[in-house]
Amino acid sequence: MRRLILALLLFAAPAFAVQPGEVLDDPALEARARAISVNLRCPVCQGETIDDSNAPISRDLRLAVRERLVAGDSDDQVVDYIVARFGEFVLFKPRAQGSSLILWLAGPAMLLAGAGIAFAVSRQRAAASEAEALSDDDKSRLARLLQE
Amino acid sequence: MIVEFGHFTLVLAFMVALVQSTVPLWGAYQRDPRLMAVADPAAVVQLLLVAASFAALTYGFVTSDFSLKLVVENSHTAKPMLYKIAGVWGNHEGSLLLWVVILAAFGACAAWFGGNLPSTLKARVLAVQGSIGVAFMGFMLLTSNPFLRLASPPLNGNDLNPLLQDPGLAFHPPFLYLGYVGLSMSFSFAVAALLEGRVDAAWGRWVRPWTLAAWIFLTIGIALGSWWAYYELGWGGFWFWDPVENASFMPWLIAAALLHSAIVVEKRESLKAWTILLAILAFGFSLIGTFIVRSGVLTSVHAFANDPERGVYILGILGFFMGGSLLLFAIRASALEARGVFSMVSRETALIANNLLLAVSALVVFVGTIWPLVAELLFGRKLSVGAPFFDAAFSPFMVVLALILPLGAMLPWKRAEIGRALLPLRGALVLAVALGLLVYAMQTGKSALGPVGAALGAWVVMGALVDLGQRLGRGSVAERFARLPRLPRADWGKVTAHSGLGITLFAVAAMTAWVTEDIRVVKIGEPFALGDYDITLQAVNDVNGPNYQSIMADMLVTKSGAFVALLHPEKRFYPVAEMPTTEAAIDQGVTRDLYLVIGDKQTDGGYAVRTYIKPFADWIWGGAMLMALGGMLSLSDRRFRAAAGARRPLAQPAE
Repeated sequence: MRRLILALLLFAAPAFAVQPGEVLDDPALEARARAISVNLRCPVCQGETIDDSNAPISRDLRLAVRERLVAGDSDDQVVDYIVARFGEFVLFKPRAQGSSLILWLAGPAMLLAGAGIAFAVSRQRAAASEAEALSDDDKSRLARLLQE
Repeated sequence: MIVEFGHFTLVLAFMVALVQSTVPLWGAYQRDPRLMAVADPAAVVQLLLVAASFAALTYGFVTSDFSLKLVVENSHTAKPMLYKIAGVWGNHEGSLLLWVVILAAFGACAAWFGGNLPSTLKARVLAVQGSIGVAFMGFMLLTSNPFLRLASPPLNGNDLNPLLQDPGLAFHPPFLYLGYVGLSMSFSFAVAALLEGRVDAAWGRWVRPWTLAAWIFLTIGIALGSWWAYYELGWGGFWFWDPVENASFMPWLIAAALLHSAIVVEKRESLKAWTILLAILAFGFSLIGTFIVRSGVLTSVHAFANDPERGVYILGILGFFMGGSLLLFAIRASALEARGVFSMVSRETALIANNLLLAVSALVVFVGTIWPLVAELLFGRKLSVGAPFFDAAFSPFMVVLALILPLGAMLPWKRAEIGRALLPLRGALVLAVALGLLVYAMQTGKSALGPVGAALGAWVVMGALVDLGQRLGRGSVAERFARLPRLPRADWGKVTAHSGLGITLFAVAAMTAWVTEDIRVVKIGEPFALGDYDITLQAVNDVNGPNYQSIMADMLVTKSGAFVALLHPEKRFYPVAEMPTTEAAIDQGVTRDLYLVIGDKQTDGGYAVRTYIKPFADWIWGGAMLMALGGMLSLSDRRFRAAAGARRPLAQPAE
């Protein structure tokens, strides 16, 4: 009896995401499907791609991606198709549009700003140390003038 | 009774921390040695008290005391002893207690080993450390008390999350906390230096060992976590850019930057303000990590204790310590004069570039991690940021970092010429580029990832070796080898850690670019091919574990008829937690791992099977271990032990 319950429970919880039956026969198309699903988030899970997720909706999405690919859609068209139905939430790599530009540009912008600041500070410091050297000169001249 | 005793000592430790955070600070301000002297015994007593508290909680777990709410929620009598103990920190309240124990331990270490610190600096360091203890013990006692009893204890507990019942994960949190909390020492030193208004070469030499120690622990902790994810989660990934992983990665990046800039403070008395800022930020990111994990603001696979009230409290702690220290920084930073001047091309500039790249990459991780929250709050957009974003936005910084590393590591201090520094490196450069081209010609796909990874890895590793060779000076080969054992440990540490980075970079690229995957339905006895290997599912058996049931497969792997391995992937079911887990079977090899996963029985009697060849998988963690080893070598360098206390009047001559 216990074993039966165990077996039922094991059946109820699928082991892993992409099931053998879903894999396309054409390896090139399957590779494209995989490349697309890496960027697609399971809408109901916690941060899993549809490839990694066991949720039924992820299975539907995986099948939808493959259906569109077999129908001859380009990769972008497939992604557009999914986004049109589930919103940009399903994209793991937000499109660099509108406010998401901030996300994409934050790194490069900070790098430029940081490099700029570092450059300015080092120039300023070099100038300051030169000025100090001059002021030493001035001091000795001043001392001589005072002696005269 | 023992549990009540633990509760009591925790409250007592809170009181002691209150004293430790105020009296010595006042003493340092008044220059009163009697008040300052309170810090040392307070730090030691605080450690003893929280350690007693931790021991009491552990006792509760070990004896399965189900009148304790925490034990009921996270333990079970059938659980193996190792996981009963690991269960102490496998939850929010217990892990906070561990956090506080480590915090107090670092404080006590500063009291024990800080004998050569100036008395005011030491008193201030311990006071700041004590105030962090006050904040976290207050947090525990008010919102997350681990010692709460139940009025009617149940007969048995709810078990620990089965995913956490694993040796890799049992020791992953303690190492991470040692790292996070270790950065509190750097923070305390930074704030104390700001209060003193003085940062000099000696300060650089004092703060560096603490930062190094924290960074080593973080490196080990992150590597353990990543290794666990690799074999436990069942699809062989090693890094998911999950918010909680990012929470540990950001302090690691900042600590790495801090390690390097502290060298500049120590050797050249430059970059003082920047180093202080990094020390503050490193601990800030630790606190942000704590906030992310425990508030549940960003849902994550790891998140436990999702509780807004706790989140608000941690945000308060974060605001107080970061706001306070940054304000202090803004007031005092201008007083920190730089002594060493350097030209545009010099070791200093190279280290600034290193710091900039590490800090900006940490920022990219930070922005990416919180962006879903920001986008929803400010722009009303519900979106996700995941691995593909980080791969695209983070990796370029690491590529540039690896490109400049060997050159920067060999530039002389103060003033340098790129041409002259490149001279000894040209062999390494040519070899690295040639290796990249060779790999590109040999691989089947068009991906640039593999070749670039191979070239960069080779460049960094060979650059480190050339650096070592240069340190040996001139003379015959025999003379140079004779000098090898006499090199300072810090030089060995540098070479080891940099090589480790090169190896990890290469392995990450190689494993990502060249993985072979196969998913199919397999019938018992029918072999199938995976790359050069033939795999046969021989049998599937039911097996009973101590607190789980399992179906275990026997899978035979052969290569052109010769035996390679007999592997046993499992699918386990933990009845108490009602959770299945996948236990992949891995045959580890030098150049590849075979990674086998067994799935469900299909209607036609076959089993779903997932198999992978993961090239150079173990090199990822091997590289990380080398980095940690490099840190340890550096930490054991003579100069941190001998005469570490002597405040030198001037910067050391450039080496």
